[in-house]
Amino acid sequence: MGLVKNIQKLPPWYFLIPAVFVGISVMLPLVYLVFRAIDGDWQQSYELIFRQRNLTLLYNTLSLTAGVLITTTVLAFPYAWLTSRTDIAGNKAITLLGVMPLAIPGYVLAYSLLGLGGTNGTLAQLFGIVIDRPSGYWGSLLAISLYTFPYLFLNLRTGFLGLDTSTEEAARSLGYSGFKILMKVTLPQLKHSFYAGMLIIGLYVIGDFGAVSLMRFETFSYALFLQYESAFDRVYAAWIALMLLTLTGTILIGEYKLLKGLSFYRTGTGTARKTRIVKLGHWKWAAYAFIFVVTLIAIVIPIITILFWMAQGVDPIVWNTLGNSIRSSVLASAPAALLAIFFALPLAYISIRYPSRLSNILQRFAYLGYATPPLALALAFIFFSLSAVPFLYQSLALLIFAYALHFLAESMGPIRSALYQAPPRIEEAARSLGYSRFKAFWLTTFPLLRSGIIAGAAFVFLSAMKELPITFILSPIGFETLAVNVWSFSAEAMFAEAAPFALCILFFSILFVYLLFAREWKRA
Amino acid sequence: MEKSMNCLLRATNLTKRFSLQDPPVVDRVSFTVQHEEIFAILGPSGCGKTTTLRMIAGFERTDEGSIQLNGKTLECPYTHITPEKRGVGFVFQDYALFPHLSVLENVKFGLTGISKSEREQRAQGILELIGMKAYHNRKPHELSGGQQQRVALARALAPKPSMILMDEPFSNLDAVLRQSTRNEVRRILKEAKMSAVLVTHDQEEALSVADRIGVMDQGRLVQIGTPEEVYYRPKTKFVAQFLGRTNLFSAQASGLEAHSNIGSVMLDKPARGDVMISIRPEHLTLEQATPANCSGTCGVIQNREFKGHDITYHIRLDKGDCIVHTDNRMPFGVGDNVIVRPLEPAVVLHSDSTRYVPDQSVFTSSDTGKARL
Repeated sequence: MGLVKNIQKLPPWYFLIPAVFVGISVMLPLVYLVFRAIDGDWQQSYELIFRQRNLTLLYNTLSLTAGVLITTTVLAFPYAWLTSRTDIAGNKAITLLGVMPLAIPGYVLAYSLLGLGGTNGTLAQLFGIVIDRPSGYWGSLLAISLYTFPYLFLNLRTGFLGLDTSTEEAARSLGYSGFKILMKVTLPQLKHSFYAGMLIIGLYVIGDFGAVSLMRFETFSYALFLQYESAFDRVYAAWIALMLLTLTGTILIGEYKLLKGLSFYRTGTGTARKTRIVKLGHWKWAAYAFIFVVTLIAIVIPIITILFWMAQGVDPIVWNTLGNSIRSSVLASAPAALLAIFFALPLAYISIRYPSRLSNILQRFAYLGYATPPLALALAFIFFSLSAVPFLYQSLALLIFAYALHFLAESMGPIRSALYQAPPRIEEAARSLGYSRFKAFWLTTFPLLRSGIIAGAAFVFLSAMKELPITFILSPIGFETLAVNVWSFSAEAMFAEAAPFALCILFFSILFVYLLFAREWKRA
Repeated sequence: MEKSMNCLLRATNLTKRFSLQDPPVVDRVSFTVQHEEIFAILGPSGCGKTTTLRMIAGFERTDEGSIQLNGKTLECPYTHITPEKRGVGFVFQDYALFPHLSVLENVKFGLTGISKSEREQRAQGILELIGMKAYHNRKPHELSGGQQQRVALARALAPKPSMILMDEPFSNLDAVLRQSTRNEVRRILKEAKMSAVLVTHDQEEALSVADRIGVMDQGRLVQIGTPEEVYYRPKTKFVAQFLGRTNLFSAQASGLEAHSNIGSVMLDKPARGDVMISIRPEHLTLEQATPANCSGTCGVIQNREFKGHDITYHIRLDKGDCIVHTDNRMPFGVGDNVIVRPLEPAVVLHSDSTRYVPDQSVFTSSDTGKARL
């Protein structure tokens, strides 16, 4: 029996090619990274892998990750519960306050913490209080936790709001008390949101370079940077990058294993009941106090510190540099946003309209680009460009390309949700009216994706604006973005000079947070 | 088997599998559609009717078989004309109106290759035909379900396609709207002199809208005919049961007569041996049972549903049950002993154990008269 292959099920080439290209672009540099690492003789490789120092780095990286995960959980859980399950007044404002810390990137927070303490820090000069400059493990822990806890908060909040409270009522009718219900019914159902938030934060901690380098705490990322920038030992840098990748892979696999088999859909056909709201009563003062303290440390103090240093007087030359930096940042970020959309649109389209093994794998590559620690990704691109495309080495084009691949995943979310809302039949309707496949897409589905595409592009643009490690390694000589300047001035304790750049970053980050918040609020 | 010379659409042996292990979802389906004819494919959900329609539109490829429109081959294992080149209109179950375009823009969408003024004029003309001219500036979400339905039809009609395909066109409407929209759609199609294939799971819809019906079951077309033919002369048990309520009896046939639970009945065609027969509840009537006429085939009324203009009786027979629709003047009540009398010959259903006498020798039911005892 001549079974004709169903060609209809294959995505059109103009979507398939960019999607496959993304997959190759993510994988190929990583392959070069491996080649570079095993390039040296085996004796040397052996020595590099089994160095005592690697164990220290591993310990530092893991202990920082664990510390951050614990701290963010302690912060995010009450925050999420308060804003989703209680009658606390000013819910929307409090939710916004919980998202705001995202506006202060880890390295800016680290900078402000450094500028706060010490004998000539903000505290000393304003109030005469001298505290030690936070540094090392605790400094990194504080900076990264305060910056990242909103990711967990948002995930948990969505989880709380999506809970089917009738399961809690069922538990109550079966004789369970409030606390037992929390432990046995509510929390298990939040696992999904919790793991999702932990994954983002865990990957971030491993990849973070800005905060740990300013705090001088040696994790894999910081060590990689030192090897590359100062010691010029590229083989060891490549090995550290591979170790970072192994760690990332382990986390991803762990996450996959944890989430496998977890499904928390409502069973049955009854309609989901509205969430039961807890009346806080006098406890609300404790809640407000908690929110006040978190806001104070995560938002108010950093901003005051930046403004304080700004007021100390900035060298006029810095203002010139500022203009240049903004221009450089935009010059790299804007094309990156466009390129990311160009990649994300076909990927999202294929994964939703032509779900298959292939599209699933392609989509994973996009997320892999995001999960790869930025320094490792950047190093991979260096090796790749040096051996395969030397004319692109240290070019703006390569930087833009790396940004696009790394932040692609951020634009997938909004585009995917816009695609879900576009009825799939309208393209068939257009085709039955005489339009070709591409024109049908272009005239019917594409206009419906506009807001999703704009949101996706904005996410990539704003993320690229504040990106530090990739920029550091891949930017052309003399190309200094806002983020690079904040870092370089802070690293040399030139806090006043760093202030204007930090403020600019804050401005763009607040836009990012606003966008995130607006979407999140609409969804909930 | 059908007039083949001037048919508009000819589907031959359409076959489609989605996986190699499972039986085909569409299995050697053949039918034709004449000019200006409304053809309905009727079947339960999952029977393959929508896939058949999508193959005609070109959204799905066929594994085997061919599709010809106006004598031109649209589809065969070596040819696949893309949907946009088929000149076939499609009305989707969920209408698939373009949400970002107004009613007028939706209708104009398919009107290409003509001047702007002509486009406008044609679109307005179509909106006039469907009675939606006043709404031309509305967006789809501002319309009711019935209005969206009509706009979807107008959009498909506007480029003057060779024919229109409609996928469950009335299923998204509520019961009250469905009746009126059905009539409206039939009027519009007939007025536009348009051929159509529509797919539905609702027998009433198929019976009232279509000129001819193909009944589909598990990927196969089991019977094609006019609404009257498929209703009164179902070929199989499936068709008999799918098109409204019916009584199925096993009977022993000899020629044009058979013996069944309700006694002796006339058959619509000669048969011999064990057969399955179908007789519609409205083709039965009731009589008072007396010792004289009740020779082992009388029954007891189990239930009586009074529905205003008619009554449905549920009768418990010696072996099995049956239902009878009568007019509302029947005086029987629950518990009465009655005799069930057929008013029309029973239909012999196609089954493996039935031996058919070839069609030519079938007597018309009028010469055989009433069933005798």
